[in-house]
Amino acid sequence: MSDLDPRTLVERALGNDASRDTARAGRRLVERAAAEDLLDVAYTTVPSPLGDLLVARTQQGVVRLAYLEDRTVDAVLRELAACVSPRILEAASNLDEERRQLEEYFAGRRREFDFPVDLALTGPFAARVLTRTAAIPFGRVSTYREVATDIGHARAARAVGNALGSNPIPIVVPCHRVVRTGGGMGGYTGGIHRKERLLAIERGG
Amino acid sequence: MALPPFQTFLDRHAAELLRFLVAMVGPEEAEDCFQETCLAALRAYTRLRDDSDLRAWAFTIARRKAIDAGRARGRRPMPVPEAGDDGSPQATAVDDAGAWAPLATLPPRQRAAVFLRVAAELPHREVARILDCSEEAARRSAHEGLKRLREEMT
Repeated sequence: MSDLDPRTLVERALGNDASRDTARAGRRLVERAAAEDLLDVAYTTVPSPLGDLLVARTQQGVVRLAYLEDRTVDAVLRELAACVSPRILEAASNLDEERRQLEEYFAGRRREFDFPVDLALTGPFAARVLTRTAAIPFGRVSTYREVATDIGHARAARAVGNALGSNPIPIVVPCHRVVRTGGGMGGYTGGIHRKERLLAIERGG
Repeated sequence: MALPPFQTFLDRHAAELLRFLVAMVGPEEAEDCFQETCLAALRAYTRLRDDSDLRAWAFTIARRKAIDAGRARGRRPMPVPEAGDDGSPQATAVDDAGAWAPLATLPPRQRAAVFLRVAAELPHREVARILDCSEEAARRSAHEGLKRLREEMT
């Protein structure tokens, strides 16, 4: 082996065993990081009829749900790193409950989500809009104007639209249930086709 | 540039760090050492400056954890050969890991220098920073380590 180049020599000395299971090591790390209070944001991806979703939670609750057909995982994680904390780990098992409820919702077997949310990515006005929106029942719709009136800003329907347009937790905070006065769909953070799809799911279609 | 999400940092560096630790402490202990390295990194992560060299930083932590593991092993009541230049024994795990045996005969500093220079392809200046020694000492460690490794494997 005296004629081997240095790199091959070192690779051989490390053996095949050196290419170990980093996925298993990652799962162990998640458990220990959570136990030591070092895991600020856990995330996973969940398949859905609207394409893959990224779901992220803090210790307070679900902080972000993103349509991965529109945005890359990397872009969503960078936003979370900058706005919440860079201590982010992929941790599917920490989001088992959220995944299960989303699957039930898409299968038409669930009308409400029963897990906490964290509005850390929204400002105070948007937080009021989203909190009001979260109270619209499954299968019903409200208008931008009604939401504006309910939070005491009757003339701020456009600002309500903007706040809903940047809803960091679509589906869970049902901004798809807010439409235009007169019946128009209005906008949607994930595109109008997704808004129509979600409303159809809630009509039992 | 902003600090990347920790998962992105791991995706980039985990495999290489694990291999570095296999070189340093052997395959038996590498994963435990890797866990300690990641937890220490996660703990310190939010205090980093945005423009930190994350790769060198991670190797620095991993090397420190390898030294800790060596010391802990030294405290355990088992027959251990003389300690190396940074506290870890030189050739304890020879029998529990066949492939690692030649590397285990190197002093820890040479093990680190050889890996960082040859496998990680870092310049001597970077290796010196990670090992906290002079560039000349890093160069010598890599050179002598490689020579010895070649002898052991021939």
